[in-house]
Amino acid sequence: MRELFRRQPRFTTSDDEDARSKVPEDLWVKCPKCGELAYTKEHLQTHRVCQRCGYHFRLAARERIDLLADEGSFVEWDTDLTTDDPLGFSVDGESYADKARKTAAKSGMAEAVISGEIAVDGQLLAIVVTDFSFMGASMGAVYGEKLARAAERAVAGCTPLLTISASGGARMQEGLFSLMQMAKTTAALTRLTEQRLPHIALLTDPCYGGVTASYATVADMIVAEPGALIGFAGPRVIEQTIRQKLPEGFQTAEFLLEHGLIDRVVPRSALKPMIGSLMRIYQQAAGCLVPPAILASEVADA
Amino acid sequence: MPELTTMTAWDRVQLARHAGRPHTMHYVNQLCDEFIEFHGDRLAGDDQALIGGLAQFRGRSVMVIGHQKGENTKENIARNFGMPKPTGYRKALRLMRHAEKFRFPVIAFIDTPGADPGLASEEGGQAFAIADNIYAMATLGTPIVAIVIGEGGSGGALAIGVADRVVMLENSVYSVASPEAAAAILWKDAARAPEAAAAMGVTAPELRAFGLIDEIIPEPIPAHEEPAAMIAAVGDVIDRQLAALDALITDGPAALLDARYAKYRAMGRFGIRA
Repeated sequence: MRELFRRQPRFTTSDDEDARSKVPEDLWVKCPKCGELAYTKEHLQTHRVCQRCGYHFRLAARERIDLLADEGSFVEWDTDLTTDDPLGFSVDGESYADKARKTAAKSGMAEAVISGEIAVDGQLLAIVVTDFSFMGASMGAVYGEKLARAAERAVAGCTPLLTISASGGARMQEGLFSLMQMAKTTAALTRLTEQRLPHIALLTDPCYGGVTASYATVADMIVAEPGALIGFAGPRVIEQTIRQKLPEGFQTAEFLLEHGLIDRVVPRSALKPMIGSLMRIYQQAAGCLVPPAILASEVADA
Repeated sequence: MPELTTMTAWDRVQLARHAGRPHTMHYVNQLCDEFIEFHGDRLAGDDQALIGGLAQFRGRSVMVIGHQKGENTKENIARNFGMPKPTGYRKALRLMRHAEKFRFPVIAFIDTPGADPGLASEEGGQAFAIADNIYAMATLGTPIVAIVIGEGGSGGALAIGVADRVVMLENSVYSVASPEAAAAILWKDAARAPEAAAAMGVTAPELRAFGLIDEIIPEPIPAHEEPAAMIAAVGDVIDRQLAALDALITDGPAALLDARYAKYRAMGRFGIRA
């Protein structure tokens, strides 16, 4: 029966280009974990969580914003930063510059992160969200710069910072510049600490390497989505090193929780209210008693 | 070995990994009048791949930390080939805090293929340990000089490398991932490591040109052929760099920390769309 539905012609109601691009690619979505089929409309309404087994599908950065933002509250920052190719990196005849351009066109993302100001459950925050569809959300200079600026703007505006990360790690194509983004982003967070402003990190599937080993894991509170794979080295590298199969559930959010590495595993549906509650608690931390050292206008001019 | 002037990135990777190349303890033994090694992270163990302790260096009390590779297979197994586990990074963090408390400068010798990628290291929070060190070094209130003496492998190197001055020996390398790992990521073929090394710009002259390191220590003869002369030259550079940093701490660490923040804040190149 299900196959019959699948073969129905795609559903279009308008010739208008914008409207047409919003039509889901398929009417049904199949859960890769339990095989359950869900009507796409319901799948999106439940923020891409399987209603049968609780599997959390990956979300695009914009979907993350939609999930958390109070209606119309998101204001994006630093949309003018573009990928540079400092090494003149090229493999097999394709330059990094070309690859970044193609990826941008395909993913609809200018780079691997978006940042901005957002209200969540009535609480104002600075937010940085990665999008895995842009080169595995690897961290290069634009990613690092946007994150550092967001931290500095959080200080200037006296707001907490929420980072939501899925990433393959540092971006190979920018060489050591990428490694140094780990130092740059992490250093920027020390400015929040000076003002007693909290940094909350949400780790999502998958999160590895240079991102897990820098800003994302020095947060005041670290939460992860159910089932998310999180680690330093990837499973393949570890298997090669130890020459044995990895245990069931290795590097999942639940595994990290058991090993005392993260604070909570939070299902997507509970995220927004939890952040709201948390922010109301932190409000009494007397953050920003010291006048901010950096003014928002100075950051914007830098 | 080819002439130094015509060496490829891969040639330099081979030199940086040469078994006879001086390692951290060679530098400590020749450059320090006293060295009292400290052990353990006071939590889980004592990592032999990352060592440290207090020393006298040319009239200064200093904290030395460094990756330690072995001299032979047996020692390399004990030293885990210079790949620290979380307990090693936590020991380094403890020693850096100790240095800060007594206002001793930190001298960090970098020589690792990368942080240990094993099962136990993941369970012990390898990523978290590295991140904690980077965070701590960003505001550590005492001068830090890092010297890449061999391999500067990725986050495993940076975890003791967020320094006020980063210098490299001419035939050392420093990279975002090992050439083998990068080749595996880019082409799913570790055998293309020489190409990856060339593409990533891992050599000291390239990294100096990018402004990512501060100084290159010339290595006219490969370090393993004339180790004593090389170590002495490195000592002179450390001495000069520490002296230069003295000016930044005359009124407390604020100027030093501002300069360190600015140094890392400026790293990375991007365009701005009109």
